[in-house]
Amino acid sequence: MKLYRINALLLRHLYLYQRSIPRLMDIFFWPVMEIFLWGFLSLYLQQFNITGINVLTVLLGALIFWNLLNQSQHSTSIAFLEEIWERNLLNIFVSPITVAEFLISTLLLGIVRIFLIGIVMSLLVFVLYHLNFLMFGFSIIPFVLNLLLFGWALGLFTIGLILRWGTSAQILAFGITFLIQPFSAVFYPVSALPEVIRWIAYILPPSYIFEGMREVLKNGALPLHLLTVGFIVNIIYILLSLWFFWFMFCKAKQNGKLMKLD
Amino acid sequence: MKHTPIIEIKKLVKVFGSVTAVDCVSFSIEKGKITGLLGPNGAGKTTTIQMILDLITPTSGEIKIFGKKIETHREEILNRVNFSSAYIMLPYNLKVKENLLTFARLYGIKNPLKRVLALAEFFDITEFLPKMTSSLSTGQLTRVNLTKALLNNPDVLLLDEPTASLDPDIADKTRRLLLEIKKEHGTTILYTSHNMAEVEEVCDRVIFMNKGVITDDGTPEQLIKKYGKKDMNDVFLAIARGK
Repeated sequence: MKLYRINALLLRHLYLYQRSIPRLMDIFFWPVMEIFLWGFLSLYLQQFNITGINVLTVLLGALIFWNLLNQSQHSTSIAFLEEIWERNLLNIFVSPITVAEFLISTLLLGIVRIFLIGIVMSLLVFVLYHLNFLMFGFSIIPFVLNLLLFGWALGLFTIGLILRWGTSAQILAFGITFLIQPFSAVFYPVSALPEVIRWIAYILPPSYIFEGMREVLKNGALPLHLLTVGFIVNIIYILLSLWFFWFMFCKAKQNGKLMKLD
Repeated sequence: MKHTPIIEIKKLVKVFGSVTAVDCVSFSIEKGKITGLLGPNGAGKTTTIQMILDLITPTSGEIKIFGKKIETHREEILNRVNFSSAYIMLPYNLKVKENLLTFARLYGIKNPLKRVLALAEFFDITEFLPKMTSSLSTGQLTRVNLTKALLNNPDVLLLDEPTASLDPDIADKTRRLLLEIKKEHGTTILYTSHNMAEVEEVCDRVIFMNKGVITDDGTPEQLIKKYGKKDMNDVFLAIARGK
């Protein structure tokens, strides 16, 4: 594992981001629009004095966390798609870079994106709605780490699908998180789901993170049991997605598709 | 005197479904030679090159570069190898300098900027460095691609039609550059091209492939003599048409 090669690929993406309006919009514009939309909705709902919860905090907190997960998945899948769109996969893979280094660079890109979007969204909710995201204190670290890992696992899974079906599967790079959103207890607790489909929420790590986030907001204590279960489920997803990615990568090398992905 | 082969291919086979793209191909390439891998479309040249670069997994057979197997020593081997193709471009949405710096860093070049500037001067592309890659012409892009291919000062250079779609002047300059690289650095070059005059001028040896097998092997002079033709173009036609 060579850090300079990981750094090279990371810089390649940062070069691209600094002047690409669509890419900057992906990081900043849509999440900021969501802050406006959900912020106004939360302010409206707050007038009804729903007992037991602070609507503004719960909804905006969930929204920010959800965007962190989204960014992590996007950065992984889209970093790979960029190389396909630019027909650069061959140049990358005839260099000595290893697959592990390539994947770690996408993970680091995810961290950069999460950091940027986290700062922008937190500042915005503070200025517009006087919501201090720092109220989570250090407990924010395990939450964000779990979301980052699950986003990476989803990103790897999406790349595996792209390796098999080419860019026909690229829509998933933009939308796969929305397939799991209704079952991830993002804006409502798992108990709000119909009983017959709750099991789906229990096998998805984000549901533990979002339940945990609401616990922190309600009781102020870090729900270690939820975070631990979420982390264990996450590890299983990461191992499965790594296996799936590697299987599809080897398959693409066997059938000569790696250089013909378009 | 026995020469050490830099590339050794033994009984290489690649089957895609019901199609055998490369059928029990064996050859070796000596250090510091320019070898042309020629043949009609679908002969198996690109598949062979992609297997050498570990982009395609062979069905069977063995590939050794610098005496080591590519599947077990990929990282070590690819550090000393590079590739350029007329059909593969660097990312269009980066500046030329950014692209070259990225690849210089990927190959672990100690002072990437110094290396990029030195090669840019050698290939006469210094003025393009601050430009977007998308703004360059085909000929300019080819020179940038070749610059990228030499960033790590490779011992082995694989070139897929490096002069395709270049005007005669730039194509000639490119050939001179290849001969200079070979002379100055002793670089081993494996080369595919459909330009037979170029092959005759540049290659020390030619390997002909057709329908996945090697059909002939020798120096351009030997092959011209063997087939009783006036140049390599006629030799190509004779071999491709099985005459």
